[in-house]
Amino acid sequence: MLPELGQFALILAMLLAFLQAVFGIAGPALKRDRWIAATVPAVAGQFVMMATAVGCLVASFVNFDFSVRYVAENSNSALPLFYRVTALWGAHEGSMLLWTLILACWTVAVAFCTTRLPKQFSARVLGVLGFISFGFLLFTLITSNPFLRLEPPAPDGIDLNPLLQDPGLASHPPVLYTGYVGLAVAFAFACAAMLEGRTDPVWARWTRPWAIGAWAFLTCGITLGSWWSYYTLGWGGYWAWDPVENASFMPWLVGTALIHSLAVTEKRGLFKSWTLLLALVGFSLSLIGTFLVRSGVLVSVHSFAADPSRGNAILVFLCIAIGCALALYAWRAPALKSSGGFELTSRESFLLFNNILLVIAAATVFAGTIAPLIAGAVGVGALSVGAPYFRPTFLLPMLPLLALLSIGIHANWKRGRLSASRRALLVTLGLACAVALAVVTGVYAGRHFLAVVGLVLGAWIILSSAVDPIDRVRRKLTLSRGVLGMTLAHVGLGIAVIALSVVEPYTVERDIALANGQSANVGGYDFRLIGTRDVDGPNYSATRAEVIVSRNGRTITTLYPEKREYWVRQQEGTKAGIKNEYGTDLFVALGDDLGAGRWSMRAQIRPMITFLWLGPVLMALGGFCALTDRRYRLGRSTAEALEPLAAGAKERAA
Amino acid sequence: MSARPHVIRFLIPIAAFVLLGIVFALGVKHSPDVGVIKSPLIGKQAPAWSLPVLDGTGQTFGSKDLRGQWYVLNVWGTWCEPCHEEHPELLAIARQASVPIIGIDWNDDDAEANDFLVKQGNPYKIVTTDHDGHVAIDWGVYGTPETFLVDPSGTVVFKTIGPMTPQVWQKDFLSRLPPQLLEHPS
Repeated sequence: MLPELGQFALILAMLLAFLQAVFGIAGPALKRDRWIAATVPAVAGQFVMMATAVGCLVASFVNFDFSVRYVAENSNSALPLFYRVTALWGAHEGSMLLWTLILACWTVAVAFCTTRLPKQFSARVLGVLGFISFGFLLFTLITSNPFLRLEPPAPDGIDLNPLLQDPGLASHPPVLYTGYVGLAVAFAFACAAMLEGRTDPVWARWTRPWAIGAWAFLTCGITLGSWWSYYTLGWGGYWAWDPVENASFMPWLVGTALIHSLAVTEKRGLFKSWTLLLALVGFSLSLIGTFLVRSGVLVSVHSFAADPSRGNAILVFLCIAIGCALALYAWRAPALKSSGGFELTSRESFLLFNNILLVIAAATVFAGTIAPLIAGAVGVGALSVGAPYFRPTFLLPMLPLLALLSIGIHANWKRGRLSASRRALLVTLGLACAVALAVVTGVYAGRHFLAVVGLVLGAWIILSSAVDPIDRVRRKLTLSRGVLGMTLAHVGLGIAVIALSVVEPYTVERDIALANGQSANVGGYDFRLIGTRDVDGPNYSATRAEVIVSRNGRTITTLYPEKREYWVRQQEGTKAGIKNEYGTDLFVALGDDLGAGRWSMRAQIRPMITFLWLGPVLMALGGFCALTDRRYRLGRSTAEALEPLAAGAKERAA
Repeated sequence: MSARPHVIRFLIPIAAFVLLGIVFALGVKHSPDVGVIKSPLIGKQAPAWSLPVLDGTGQTFGSKDLRGQWYVLNVWGTWCEPCHEEHPELLAIARQASVPIIGIDWNDDDAEANDFLVKQGNPYKIVTTDHDGHVAIDWGVYGTPETFLVDPSGTVVFKTIGPMTPQVWQKDFLSRLPPQLLEHPS
């Protein structure tokens, strides 16, 4: 009964999304006030129906309803309750359902928060979101219906993919999708502005908090994914330039460019058409990422279920959505004129460099990701692009970006007087160099050029970011949430850069083979195998090794790496033993039984890896902090929001 | 007149997207059938490998011994249920075709593997054992059984994941083999 109810709710949700699109887009165009007024109820209805559909599928999982194919394929009677719920997004169909539910949540949030915006504008935003939702629901119902029944029902399910039975993965997709889908809001705001033919940059202020929110979620999602692959895949890697990882990274890069360019458009009324384009491209890359991942056109370690028959359907939707948006852009953007100039060393020009470099970085990642596809299309043959391409091409725009950030953060809007901050610039740079040299010569052995460069840049960013807030506090000026958020995010970036510069060159990794009682020295630490024993989990049996790690005779910790065999899928999983010591990870993954009590193991010493996660978390926190800035509060009326712009216009006129 | 290039500038994004759309459409058209995941190895040199032979003599066997001939490489294990499922098909192939099937027994217990082959029949010309899984990683194996077709120059021609079936053998393996190998010489 429940699956049928769920499917029915899903169909209703799709119809309501269609109405939401029609009312929202056609209403303002035809000047029908009733249509405009009907948009919000359609949003509410769609949300309720989506929640019902998802609730039904979750209930089927929780109640072990193996007559539902999706449940039978991704669950098992031995699967713990927590994973029975998260199994919802364990495969393609449920992921699509989660995607649309999150879109419905964002849409409700938009409907709730835009009540003070002009009615026509908010209706158009909701209309565009309704169109996207309709497309995805249609796609889900036609090609990936999660409610299909099995006849006869399966006696038991074939279990959730063991790789996904992990708390990291359980939280990764919802957070990542929240970021992905959040970019749809910025996209919808941009489309609404173009549909309306707005030439003022007010929409930038309205869009900014949404873009920052989506960006912060995307940051969290990518970090969680990286953390998850680090400790469950058992090989200790955190980023592999895999197509699926790139698919989330490209929208992040463009989203980062967007939140910076929105600042310029909001504050100075410049880069209007560029900002619009970024808002469109950010979400388009989310869609393209979905297409690349779900259609199976690219080979990835993550494509758990690829189905080309779905590729065509997504492609059609992709072309309609992005094609319409870009056509709209070609039509409306020429009317946008930027007034007012800026000097070379003003904040505007530094943000312009930021945008150019971020877009170049995104473009190189994009080129590398789709190169195999192009090679296949023109018949050159198989081509695989990996880290040897991505690393240098990505560093090329990133290094100047990081350096310019440390300089540009001191620059003022409109007029650049960098000479005034020369002292701050030189002092922070000097300190950063000192820190980098101390780390490279004092703490870690071996001098790597890139490590030094990275350490200098990272430290410089942190020090430079702190200058302005410290100055404000000292002069007893208020520190707005916006500035605080920006500072946090930049400090987070600096920390991530430093961590990356240390982790990459100074990681020690060795494959060792140990018998009971034997030990091996890896990077100054002794790993001693005490023994192994068999343990049983809820749905797996495992061999658990006991490894004592010591340094200079002093015991630091005991690690328990496991090698698991999941009963149902007969698939192996590893659970690495990891101990974090002052930010350095001591990592042991259990390999294979070599016979005679000997086991192969992979031991790693990864210095500062904790900061690689901490940095992005700070960045996301900075984003959330900036969101709470007074300027974006609900209570602020449109007129108030327009004030600084009017002031800016006066200033320009003067 | 001067307004024109200005307008054209805003057409660049959509033009770029149209091109991209064409690439994507071609990509979907060329993408493999459902369930077949292309190996990045296809069309490339097979990884060089050498492993101990299961017979316990301590000999090793590997890519060097296979130069100049077609072979089918099957990665399996006694712990793997689908491998049991495909076993009769492998036996049938070994009877019919003269292309050798080389086995890599992955992450397995030697005694159990020998026991299994004695009881169920042995379709393999040679079975090697990959205890620590390094060779399987080189071949990009992430779910057994996986079966590769390698040509005399050592290039990987095809790969399938999951149990071998008569359909897959006919359609994807036989069609790629030279005719003289299709019939067993005896």
